[in-house]
Amino acid sequence: MSDLAPSELAKVQAILGREPNQTETGIFTVMWSEHCSYKSSRLHLKKLPTRSNRVLVGPGENAGIIDIGQGYAIAFKIESHNHPSFIEPFQGAATGVGGILRDIFSMGARPIAVLDAIRFGPLDDPKSGDRNRRILEGVVEGIAHYGNCFGVPTIGGETVFERCYNGNPLVNVFALGVFRHDEIFFGRASGIGNPVIYVGAKTGRDGIHGASMASAEFTEESKQKRPNVQVGDPFMEKLLLEACLEAMHTGAVVGIQDMGAAGLTCSTCEMGSRAGTGVEIDLARVPQRESGMTPYEIMLSESQERMLLVAEKGREEEVFAVFHKWGLDAVTIGEVTGDGKLRVKNHGVVVAEIPNRELADEAPLYDRPHGMAPYRDAPMEAPEFPRSRDLNADLLALLASGDLCSKRWIWQQYDQSVRTNTLQGPGGDAAIVRIKETGTSVAMSVDGNGRYCSLSPREGARLLVAECCRNLSAVGALPVAATNNLNFGNPERPEIMAQLVEAIEGIAEACSHFETPITGGNVSLYNETLGEAIWPTPVMGIVGLLKTAPPVTIPFKDEGRTVMLLGGLGSVDATRFGGTQYAKVVLNEMWGLPPALDMDYEKRVHTAVREVIAQGLAESSHDVGDGGLAVALAESCAEGMGASIALDTGLRPEFALFHEGPSRILISTSEPEAVEKIARENKVECVRLGVTMKERLQISNAPVTEPGTPPETWIDCRVERLREVWENALENRLSPVPVA
Amino acid sequence: MRFGVVVFPGSNCDHDAWYAVSGNLGHRAEFIWHDSTSLGNADAVILPGGFSYGDYLRCGAIAKFSPVMGAVKKFAQDGGLVLGICNGFQILVESGLLPGALLRNRNLRFVCRPVTIRLETTNTPFTCAANPGQLIKVPVAHGEGCYFADPRTLDALKAEDRVVARYLDNPNGSLRDIAGICSEGRNVMGMMPHPERASDPLLGSTDGRIILESMVRSMVAAHA
Repeated sequence: MSDLAPSELAKVQAILGREPNQTETGIFTVMWSEHCSYKSSRLHLKKLPTRSNRVLVGPGENAGIIDIGQGYAIAFKIESHNHPSFIEPFQGAATGVGGILRDIFSMGARPIAVLDAIRFGPLDDPKSGDRNRRILEGVVEGIAHYGNCFGVPTIGGETVFERCYNGNPLVNVFALGVFRHDEIFFGRASGIGNPVIYVGAKTGRDGIHGASMASAEFTEESKQKRPNVQVGDPFMEKLLLEACLEAMHTGAVVGIQDMGAAGLTCSTCEMGSRAGTGVEIDLARVPQRESGMTPYEIMLSESQERMLLVAEKGREEEVFAVFHKWGLDAVTIGEVTGDGKLRVKNHGVVVAEIPNRELADEAPLYDRPHGMAPYRDAPMEAPEFPRSRDLNADLLALLASGDLCSKRWIWQQYDQSVRTNTLQGPGGDAAIVRIKETGTSVAMSVDGNGRYCSLSPREGARLLVAECCRNLSAVGALPVAATNNLNFGNPERPEIMAQLVEAIEGIAEACSHFETPITGGNVSLYNETLGEAIWPTPVMGIVGLLKTAPPVTIPFKDEGRTVMLLGGLGSVDATRFGGTQYAKVVLNEMWGLPPALDMDYEKRVHTAVREVIAQGLAESSHDVGDGGLAVALAESCAEGMGASIALDTGLRPEFALFHEGPSRILISTSEPEAVEKIARENKVECVRLGVTMKERLQISNAPVTEPGTPPETWIDCRVERLREVWENALENRLSPVPVA
Repeated sequence: MRFGVVVFPGSNCDHDAWYAVSGNLGHRAEFIWHDSTSLGNADAVILPGGFSYGDYLRCGAIAKFSPVMGAVKKFAQDGGLVLGICNGFQILVESGLLPGALLRNRNLRFVCRPVTIRLETTNTPFTCAANPGQLIKVPVAHGEGCYFADPRTLDALKAEDRVVARYLDNPNGSLRDIAGICSEGRNVMGMMPHPERASDPLLGSTDGRIILESMVRSMVAAHA
């Protein structure tokens, strides 16, 4: 099988100076696949900011690394497993978790947190609802299976439902690990003559061509690709983690890399290429799960839970001893050479010989045409819609909707507290883990919004970055670095390529502005089924730092507190309302543009809220996001604590309650003057909305235009009712097995 | 006091137990590798949570053959304190140190959330520092936590005051809401909830400390 384009084949011939054999063709095909080479996106990814004082390792390694002070660092990255999760949801999602965890611990870091951004077709879709429910349940079970057994807490993420994911669900997994600066390892095959050692699970025929499958659209035949999906064993991975970290501590390990996509092929040539060396291996020595595997199959297998490492010559036994202690295979399969070539032998006979650098780093680079408007099918102009007859009902509908309802049913299946570092788990604005050794905590936010990005990829992407940074600031964390997962359709279509380019440029602008350099990530293209592309769906994962302390959480804590909106009520017009959850859920429409963002103002709001939290003034804090102010207020009501709110606004009630303008954070405080002082110092608005009170959430307008008229009640609902609707909506849609 | 924390391949709450004992309570804790045939000079042993041997075959079914379990049994026979948490509880029932079995949760799904349990007896070395009927809030995190035993065993457990903790809001379908039990000699206890995850004020609850503190108190008394 060769998926090389004619021009690519010609390049291969030029590099080798001859025709490639079948094994070599297979090796080039996977290494030059979109998944491994980023050949359509590389040109544009260069636009992303990648540096800051804190960045120790930027893009190009298995994960980015950030300094967190006191000699400690964190490694983190997000990666997709979209295609496998559609074909086989449980294993697809499970191995997605496994792959990103290996990326983290192959650098020497111990994984301490996982977050997932998952997207499906609607659960009540008349045609695909059953299948969507099955995929959701399989994906969630797969994530739980792998992460729980491995022993890493899964502490956040997002779950979104849109029709465009009916035939192409998205599973993006973010992982983060911690280590000391002197524990960092790289995937480099340094030191001529050093042994190349294979560790971990045996190689089987599973997952062959997984990388190239992930680089193609789905067709009717895709279900036949099930054998391309890998099978995960989290227990094996746990052993591999412990053994790798222990082996690294012996000092005998020179370099190490995960065998992920494109397996042995990718790890050998990339490690050689980074070190400027050659790597020679003999496949006869590779531990194999089944007999009769061809060199082609061994080189391209994507069997899970394997690592390739290079040890210091003469100290192999120290490495072997550690792996044998953990009951794992560790075998010398070759050595580092000085000729810069990947030389693959089978029982001593050369079956492939390719220069490492050309293979790993000189993949074709395409400047795909994109000189047109990004594809969109929504109208620009807002439809007329009548005044809502029941705003209470609208709010309850939003709280019960797939995107906004509580995801408790999902995250209760994840171990959120293993490793005893979780200060804030799922359901907060940002997840927080403490670093026991330093007194520092790390906050993480993962966010995407295909709806905004389909209306404007550039503005949508900027809003995502802003939203993540706002989430972090809302828990008091300073955003410091980012990773991104770019999920798009077929880049060979110019109108799709234009989406990708605009989104990357939007991310670049915002990440520069918010000082969150991109340290790595993943591009997943060809997310199309039967010619229909998903919406452009970049997903951001941003990390922030804060001092370890009990977290400021979303719910109101006590009655009689002042409820304030830092950043002000915001503004909106009909065009900018078309991407909101209100438009989606209540009006069943989509139009116009995403909310307008002023990045300077946004950043000042972040600074202000961090200051409010640092001074201990906020009893509760919540980012105003999807669903707007009314939903944020409803989410802040818990355990019988509600609020009485009066909005001083000239906007029509739907806009005032549900617009999704950015740069707003809802807090409750007993010291409103001190909060207002901080707001003034940062030149941001701060509005007193009302006070917390027991049992009910009431929202009325306080008209300024017609003084003397009584306020109009917009929302009046018992907290218990809001809570019940919000918490049980997902479970009700999935009709769970009753507990006896 | 010196706690030994056994590490099986696949244990993943070993470090948490170690940290709760040493970091939160300020006692000594040491890891004991599963192929060790000695517990060193541990005064008490914790079998931690996790997925020993990947939960292959059945949870705890392979761990019971680990060399260290011979030493644990001997230690228990001699009256030493053994606390099995989550997977550790599963290993204790598989090893025959505690009666009954832990089946898959009734809804067939893993569950992780804080639960409230009532400490049913203070007449154990694991609850002697608690008030009678004390309610504590601790997390569960398991897929196979549904306690099962035949009615005679369940009656005997109750009659002998060996049900140490019951769920107020049963998360897994356990018979008679049982969350933890102890041995006839009262020195071996297994529980599904994780007291070590509720021992640090930063994590929202220190309710779990009462278990570890009780162990310390009873050991001090025994040494005195």
